[in-house]
Amino acid sequence: MRTNWKAMMPPVVIITGAILGVLGAVLAWAGNPPNMGLCIACFQRDIVGALGLHHAARLQYLRPEIPALILGTTLAAALRKEWKGRSAPAPAISFLLGALVMIGALVFLGCPVRMTLRLGGGDLTALVGLAGFGAGIWAGTLLLRRGFSLGRSASGSRVPTLVLPVLAAGLLVLLFIRPAFIFFSAEGPGSQAAPVLASVGAGLLLGALAQRSRLCLAGGIRDLLLIRSPHLLVGLAAALVAAALTNLALGRFDLGFSGQPIAHTAHLWSFLGMALVGLGAVLLGGCPLRQLVLAAQGDGGAFCAIWGMFAGAAVAHNFDLAASPAGVPVGGQVVVVAGLVTCLAVGWSVGET
Amino acid sequence: MTQEMTIDARGLACPIPVIRVKKALEGVARGRVVVLVDEQVAVENITRLAGYMRCSHQCAACEGGFRIIIEKPGSGGEEP
Repeated sequence: MRTNWKAMMPPVVIITGAILGVLGAVLAWAGNPPNMGLCIACFQRDIVGALGLHHAARLQYLRPEIPALILGTTLAAALRKEWKGRSAPAPAISFLLGALVMIGALVFLGCPVRMTLRLGGGDLTALVGLAGFGAGIWAGTLLLRRGFSLGRSASGSRVPTLVLPVLAAGLLVLLFIRPAFIFFSAEGPGSQAAPVLASVGAGLLLGALAQRSRLCLAGGIRDLLLIRSPHLLVGLAAALVAAALTNLALGRFDLGFSGQPIAHTAHLWSFLGMALVGLGAVLLGGCPLRQLVLAAQGDGGAFCAIWGMFAGAAVAHNFDLAASPAGVPVGGQVVVVAGLVTCLAVGWSVGET
Repeated sequence: MTQEMTIDARGLACPIPVIRVKKALEGVARGRVVVLVDEQVAVENITRLAGYMRCSHQCAACEGGFRIIIEKPGSGGEEP
């Protein structure tokens, strides 16, 4: 029987992954922090800082990529009649898992998107993160097979789903008028930014493509393990290859373990931090990028997860849990372990038939 | 023996509908699985799974979503 290559490797997923990789590398070249052309976790964290919800003075900027991605998704979903209100079956759990995923990402120093972009910049410390991410996803698939489910959502009004795109548009307005109550870093990663219009354009395009392709970096490994399907994993692979080629072309590819930008060499915590991201993402039903896309097309559970991520970012920096290139604070180590235990307990105990 | 079963996966987030369908298909030697879902993405994922598992499938819109009928042909229909 002939193999259906198009189903195994959908062109739209490969194209989305490749554009993610190229834009990620180009945005870093254009001014965003190194190997951080795009990071769902770091950029949400910077927005939280810009709003004054944490006080890490070097990590405050209203990153336009995130609101633009939300708006691009909502527009694409509306055009494809997939912008629909859905209730959150387990809002508190989605919020908690979102917060833990964010803390795990800030201990590793990047969400799965940045993990891929770090690898594409030659940062081999991210390989340890990738291993941890895979291990967390594997644990999540065991819980899914055992019967874990957040429950059933119901279709609902589209009116509440306007909240996220309206807030996203509001953030872009605040970025353009720069009122005094918004914080902008004078130095550090928060001060490094690509031109606003480039960031907005990249976010809109990626939001639309991610909505269309359903790209999910956790889903790629998850579906390979669960149903032997590489159809999403090819997106991650395409992003990695495209980022590496773009960085090579721009002269920004630096292969090695040491001296990598905005990364640390506490490998155990890179592994465990990304394991927490992988496990939490599988329980939530997608990686941070996918959660953002789902929330922007009206999914209430993903909406709760996004707010959990914002809260997790504030907690991570207000309580000194987040890593820095110097290493991982003890508090962050404790919360990552506690987070893994919490995710396993949630995955073990929650389910419905 | 040909078996038939229905799975109501409406409202369940992916990949849970896919896991339930896979379990059902693995549990029968030959038969039909009818799946109710309410999202296009679930339709795409389940029909993709059916393709991987060498099962024929058809999908139709129905009230509140989609009805996917998957036929597992039995050992004779599988690749040697």
